[in-house]
Amino acid sequence: MTVEDEKVLELQHRKEKIYFGGGTKAIEKQKAMGKLTARERIIALLDKDSFHEYDIFVEHDGRDFGMQDKSLPGDGVIIGTGMICGQPVAIFAQDFTVAGGSLGFMHARKITKIMDYALNMRIPLIGINDSGGARIQEGVNALAGYGEIFFRNTLSSGVIPQISVILGPCAGGAVYSPALTDFVFVVENISKMFITGPEVIKTVLGEEISMEELGGAKVHSELTGNAHFYATSEDECFVQIRKLISMIPMNNTTKAEKIAPAMPLPEYDITKIVPSDPTVPYDVRDVIKALVDESEFLEVMEMFAANIVIGFGRIAGETVGFIANQPMVMAGVLDCDSSDKAARFIRFCDCFNIPIVTLEDLPGYLPGVDQEHAGVIRHGAKMLYAYSEATVPSITVVLRKAYGGGYIAMGSRHLRADFVFAWPLAEIAVMGPEGAANIIFKKDIVSAENPAEMRKIKIQEYKDKFANPYVAAAKGYIDSVIAPSETRMFIEHALKVSAHKNRSQPQKKHGNPPF
Amino acid sequence: MEMEKKTHYDTLETMHGTFQTTLTQKHLARKPWIPNNPKHIKSSIPGTIVKICVAEGQEVKAGDLLIVYRAMKMNNNIKAAFDGKIKKIDVKEGDNIPNHALMIEME
Repeated sequence: MTVEDEKVLELQHRKEKIYFGGGTKAIEKQKAMGKLTARERIIALLDKDSFHEYDIFVEHDGRDFGMQDKSLPGDGVIIGTGMICGQPVAIFAQDFTVAGGSLGFMHARKITKIMDYALNMRIPLIGINDSGGARIQEGVNALAGYGEIFFRNTLSSGVIPQISVILGPCAGGAVYSPALTDFVFVVENISKMFITGPEVIKTVLGEEISMEELGGAKVHSELTGNAHFYATSEDECFVQIRKLISMIPMNNTTKAEKIAPAMPLPEYDITKIVPSDPTVPYDVRDVIKALVDESEFLEVMEMFAANIVIGFGRIAGETVGFIANQPMVMAGVLDCDSSDKAARFIRFCDCFNIPIVTLEDLPGYLPGVDQEHAGVIRHGAKMLYAYSEATVPSITVVLRKAYGGGYIAMGSRHLRADFVFAWPLAEIAVMGPEGAANIIFKKDIVSAENPAEMRKIKIQEYKDKFANPYVAAAKGYIDSVIAPSETRMFIEHALKVSAHKNRSQPQKKHGNPPF
Repeated sequence: MEMEKKTHYDTLETMHGTFQTTLTQKHLARKPWIPNNPKHIKSSIPGTIVKICVAEGQEVKAGDLLIVYRAMKMNNNIKAAFDGKIKKIDVKEGDNIPNHALMIEME
């Protein structure tokens, strides 16, 4: 054996030791929790044999409390680059088998190194979080590490897509990195996110709650809106991430990769989904599926504020972002949560050159003391802001109802939609017929011999005159009234002609949206 | 294409009419609004009652210390906002109280 061979062999030995992470016992424990190891996760997520690891020999920086005598392989985090569907990505994965994935100075420095790399190379960043939190022994250095990560998350926001995958605990300050990123993926029984855990809550407040009930995958998918994608297994989660990466661009200067166009599946017949009676519900996702290639729709935040539907689909091979009122849930009203949900999604699409398609059918805002006191004014304003600020192609289709403030908010001409279409059964009016008749014809109704009968007559009168798309079309607020069957064709054409859209904004440092 | 036929829908009323739909758990679980009663002195943060400085039936002046409760390692001094009489004390020293818990009723 030559000296060179020996040296290479030594390298192999050194690497293998580190590949072993926290050792057999810790790995067994990880498996017992139904979790893959950090390295297995990276391999499962990325294209085969595409992963290249960096900083493998990094040692931790703890000098107190006996840490100086301990060796932590890779300091509990793996960083590197690889491919997803042939597209480059940067990735880090915290290794729970090494000191509970705790974040120390060097651990954080590995993460910030790959974050800097992702930003400089303009490629998406994927972070797999599985950590007990700050490494207490390293004191303020651990806190500094978190701060450096949050800063880079913010710096990269709107430049490269950032994805957080919560595959274990993610507690305390650590949760703010995922919160700053574009998409958070969670897995049933595995993901746990909270600022203060069940133990602290019990000590301080005497309230008993399990980790799952406090900050499990379901809670963040349904209740808090902190998570965007929910899976029942890690494997399903990786499929979702790959799907998302394949549909979005690598950075803010490119467009999502265009693929060969395909027609929607014939079982989604767009002419048979929306009932003409505006009070009868339906699933708006069927309309989306009737519009997109292969009827494939990647829904985002499926369980949170289900009264609005957001997600990605392709039209003639090009990725578009859909925002659609969902009449099947809460009649499709706008409220605090649905406004927040839509606004952030619109801003993602705008950051990354993804055209917006809005499907509108809503009976305005949700009435209630709880909504008003929860700040529906400032939450609702986020949506107006996001639509007005967006400079990507914006296409709105009024399917049925567009009343009052809802009409303005849902990507109207006035907020600079490029194309606004309406179906013939659309009702575009300042108020719904019932409400309007009650106000405009109040005197006639009250003084009538039969008020109920008069009310009916007046509602019909209003309906005939205003509850249609032609009043708005007569003013040019609607560009075309189109048959439902023509919708895909019109959207496809609109995308084609607005492909080089260039609308300039006034010079500013940044706006001040009502966060 | 037929969507799953649901036999029963709830209804939701907005200013624009009444609509058939499903309702979310969050909406169904919303709390009805109760007007604030200034004579009911409630906690504004969960904590522990450290000291009760008044007795039932006692007359108090605005600014008098009524109760001390500890939350987030801080003692909160709750003082009377107006002159009145202590009608009822609903907590005792050492009690752990949640947020919005009724502590003292005045008249």
